[in-house]
Amino acid sequence: MPRRDSNETRYVPVIVRTYLRLFVAGFRRQSTYRLAALGGLVANTTFGLLKVALLFAAVRTSGGELAGYDVAMMSTYIWISQGMLGSVNLHGRTEIADRIRSGDVAVDFLRPLDVHLASVTTEVGRAVFALIPRGVPSVVIGALLVGMALPDDPWAYPLGAVSLLLGIVVSATTVYLVGVCGFWLLETRGVAILYMVVSGFLAGLFVPIAMFPDWLRVVATVTPFPSMMMYPVDVLSGRVDGAAAVGLVALQVLWLAVTVTAGQLATRAGRRRLEVQGG
Amino acid sequence: MNTIVETDGLGRDFKVRDGVRRRTVVAVERLSLRIEPGEAVGYIGANGAGKSTTIKMLTGILVPTRGTVTTCGLRPVADRRRLAREVGVVFGQRTQLWWDLPVRDSLRLLASIHSLGPAAERTRTDELVDRLELGEFLGTPVRQLSLGQRMRAEVAAALLHSPRLVILDEPTIGLDVLSKQRLREFLVAERRTHGTTLLLTTHDMGDVERLCDRILLVDRGSLVYDGTLAGLSRTVGAERVLVVDLATPTPDLVDVPDTRHLGSEGDGLRQRLAFDPDATTAARVLAALAGRTEIVDLAIEEPDVEEIVRRVYASRR
Repeated sequence: MPRRDSNETRYVPVIVRTYLRLFVAGFRRQSTYRLAALGGLVANTTFGLLKVALLFAAVRTSGGELAGYDVAMMSTYIWISQGMLGSVNLHGRTEIADRIRSGDVAVDFLRPLDVHLASVTTEVGRAVFALIPRGVPSVVIGALLVGMALPDDPWAYPLGAVSLLLGIVVSATTVYLVGVCGFWLLETRGVAILYMVVSGFLAGLFVPIAMFPDWLRVVATVTPFPSMMMYPVDVLSGRVDGAAAVGLVALQVLWLAVTVTAGQLATRAGRRRLEVQGG
Repeated sequence: MNTIVETDGLGRDFKVRDGVRRRTVVAVERLSLRIEPGEAVGYIGANGAGKSTTIKMLTGILVPTRGTVTTCGLRPVADRRRLAREVGVVFGQRTQLWWDLPVRDSLRLLASIHSLGPAAERTRTDELVDRLELGEFLGTPVRQLSLGQRMRAEVAAALLHSPRLVILDEPTIGLDVLSKQRLREFLVAERRTHGTTLLLTTHDMGDVERLCDRILLVDRGSLVYDGTLAGLSRTVGAERVLVVDLATPTPDLVDVPDTRHLGSEGDGLRQRLAFDPDATTAARVLAALAGRTEIVDLAIEEPDVEEIVRRVYASRR
């Protein structure tokens, strides 16, 4: 028999340690791609400046305030959302999709792990790492070049950090659902492109959701996309505070529960459909 | 001890889209077999005979279309995660290492995934690093390893949790002679010290001869032979071929006892003689030749797995 910790009381911590290691592995893997991180930062900053030009003009033409945003608040929105781009998956491409297509997912099923949670944990590790070379520098560059509003309420920072992390996790659990379409479809690139078009818009990447017409705002709020970016930006920037901010975080938790449940069910159903032929 | 693998009428179909129409391909028809603890089994057959599909059903990756399967006393699909702790699989064509991390990190991660305690992790890692000679590239990212190095690391990764059953799917594919040899020696030692059960698919006769004491031959998803390699060679009359390089051009050696002359090259400087290992031995053939000509160099060609498989298939059709 293999030798391992047989002490049942240590069972839960061991599981936690395993997923923690997967998180760290995702983090470390991402850390090996320094040039890619630099490229990402340059792209984020360039598009950030473009957004500054367009959205500042929009705010100024409507008399210094638009949908509750002045230029300082708009700047905060722009640079936090740009900074999150390396960590929140709004392009729809995932490692799990590649692994299903290539059949490497067979290796994942050979491990005593929950394939869904292991995949999401690794992805979150990668995403959290990206905050270091892309997230923080993007906000710092924005603050230095353009200036931005800071939250009045000190609670915005801890609550914002929680909201940011939830946004990253919800993004990973949602995009996982796109990836596992591969159990049913031969090619998931079409779904990924559709996801890219819809998610960026509804997450509030291009313009804040507050600027949407009413009907579109309703559409956005019944999707998990605002939980990935708009809500964390709102909480972190202090645009939404107090009970309303806690409400947004609660909404993120709800979407987390929904997407995790869907991921569990999809993985279980998809496994019965799995057809790894050859090699 | 309990049976390691037991299948009864196990089969799997795939739905294949053929233009607009969908048709069903039978990858494995009805397979019934038993593998006992400590056995070393070579699972051979042509490409598309259903070898990989069988392995994936034994390990719970694929859901069978029909029949039953028990591996290490567990139901592979329902008990996948428990079974994963008992089985180690090496896919020659896939990696279970983390491509962009050093080998050491992959091993640590796998130890954690399999809940090895710190002491067990250290002992086992040291053992594998030593026996598979991984020391020199433990700190190298997997993507920078040579194929031979990577395969050794793959084997270490699959065996880290000391599985009772080790399944190797084409483990020596693409390896050079020396790397193959080292890998086989390791597997023999592993089996001797830990009593590990081995099941391997291969196209390499050397793997089968040096590692396996039992052969399962599949054709179109059905078992067509179960027994020793010697028995299989006997059934299909596998001849060996003696190739001799001679000092001087020599007329065709057509009348050496118990051999058949296959051909000559370079005015008879190199000649090929087939013989049946049951009727004579290489030594006796050599002795017969030594009296007539001067041999500079020699080699013995063995029938490869493909050749034996082809002959078995031919005899069935």
